[in-house]
Amino acid sequence: MPETLPPDSVGLVKPQTVIFDAPLTLQSGRALPSFELVYETYGTLNSTRSNAILICHALSGHHHAAGYHSMDERKPGWWDSCIGPGKPIDTQRFFVVCLNNLGGCHGSTGPQSINPETDRRYGPDFPVITVKDWVQSQVRLADHLGISKWAAIVGGSLGGMQALQWAIDLPDRVHHAVIIASTPKLTAQNIAFNEVARKAITTDPDFHAGRYHEHNTIPKRGLMLARMVGHITYLSDLSMGEKFGREMREKAFKYGFEVEFEVERYLNYQGERFSENFDANTYLLMTRALDYFDPAKDYENSLVDAVSQAKCSFFVAAFTSDWRFSPERSEQLVNALVEAGKRVCYAEIDAPHGHDAFLIPSPRYMDVFSANMNRIADEVNA
Amino acid sequence: MRADLELIEQWIKPASRLLDLGCGDGTLLHHLSQTKQINGYGLEINPDHINACISKGVNVIEQDLDVKGLANFKTNGFDYVIMTQALQAVMHPDRMLDEMLRLGKECIITFPNFGHWKCRWYLMNKGEMPISRSLPYTWYNTPNIHLCTFKDFENLCRQRNLQIINRTVVDRSHQHRWFIHMWPNMLGEIAIYHLSR
Repeated sequence: MPETLPPDSVGLVKPQTVIFDAPLTLQSGRALPSFELVYETYGTLNSTRSNAILICHALSGHHHAAGYHSMDERKPGWWDSCIGPGKPIDTQRFFVVCLNNLGGCHGSTGPQSINPETDRRYGPDFPVITVKDWVQSQVRLADHLGISKWAAIVGGSLGGMQALQWAIDLPDRVHHAVIIASTPKLTAQNIAFNEVARKAITTDPDFHAGRYHEHNTIPKRGLMLARMVGHITYLSDLSMGEKFGREMREKAFKYGFEVEFEVERYLNYQGERFSENFDANTYLLMTRALDYFDPAKDYENSLVDAVSQAKCSFFVAAFTSDWRFSPERSEQLVNALVEAGKRVCYAEIDAPHGHDAFLIPSPRYMDVFSANMNRIADEVNA
Repeated sequence: MRADLELIEQWIKPASRLLDLGCGDGTLLHHLSQTKQINGYGLEINPDHINACISKGVNVIEQDLDVKGLANFKTNGFDYVIMTQALQAVMHPDRMLDEMLRLGKECIITFPNFGHWKCRWYLMNKGEMPISRSLPYTWYNTPNIHLCTFKDFENLCRQRNLQIINRTVVDRSHQHRWFIHMWPNMLGEIAIYHLSR
């Protein structure tokens, strides 16, 4: 909780909600009759509407990317390190929009919402959403805000995938795509980890085939396990070693199976906290969206052909210690962009924090990110 | 505009695809994109140079040639592959040359001449590895691990059947001097070669 707001904070912010009444046909063939999106904005839209940036969130993210909801809030938005006055995404120059994606559990229409056709919660009946679907829903938001072309679409991890999909699907509406710690598709190992997470949730006796709310319970243990295994993939061996090593709560072994090592305590704590704040059905949806993401599939598995649709310029960044979406995954994308003759800059940032590095303001990362965003601001006259 | 870049510029056809290996702060690519509307990419590993490229709007890719090589680039993907003042610093200059001519139809290379009379004099007179303004390092900390003379380089080209389309020899400030051409391997300090397969 801040006593006073830091000068480089966007300050106190308030989420807004917009309702879209026209049905949204999804990639699966199903449709949502109507939907709501919750979003936040920071900075000011200029008179030519050229300075708007869309922030796309990752698996467990939401619309609250920067600033504080109240002076009592413990922590600022999830990407406060990069959004604010003088930060890489400088709110003195840009108008920043961040939404909670469709299927989410922080206010946008998702499995916890009431299905107008049945008057009960969607729960497991909520349609499977893809990255392409998210992009279509975000187009509605752009239209609502009167933004015909984003100065940039920026995202880390799953957020970067949305930026890439925008560039391919709506080439005239994106000036620049910023894709950080992401990948043009998941590997078998990535999908395997997602399956472990989903299995943990769906085999929890409290899951009740996704209708846990109707049984007044939540699959807490499953969600907790899912988060614990996910969390390990966000860190690196090095960062875990530095943070916890083999530290123990007490010096002597207890010769039992209770939590003894600090890393165990940490993972349990993270899992527990997450399981109280996140919806299990949303977790299933988000991991599936990750698995399905493969824009090359629409172009006979040619990533070069897929990115050839794009008209924007690209900034791609990866982190050396990220083994979830390693630099090789980003390089695959960069190679395709070069082959397609697209404008692209690529930075491989030496950082020890694993996949989570995209959230951590390390100096090299901030420098290169700022250089790129400043150039975009100049190009769009922000 | 640096004189060597001006010399390179005259060999570049408009709207061509170009790869600059070790592109520095992007000066060459930036200039060529304005004067020749090229579609250029630079490889670089120095973070400050990368930021400078990004600020100029030059396409820059962080890639260490000695670690990753150039295998990720498609055969014949470029019209020109350029390497200025870096061939002597790579691990395998001969393989690098082959790779450059796999990616590009033509390549342009500049490097310092170790056969320049000052180097020869330094070594003969002092019996030590030459140190000069263009080669300011001592033998143990120099990045220039594969220094050669113009003659050495041309021998390699001949051995690999590479065509020398153009060759220009200049002094340290990249100026032409009439006398250099009388005995380039003795009097030239920097060579600019334009090669093809």
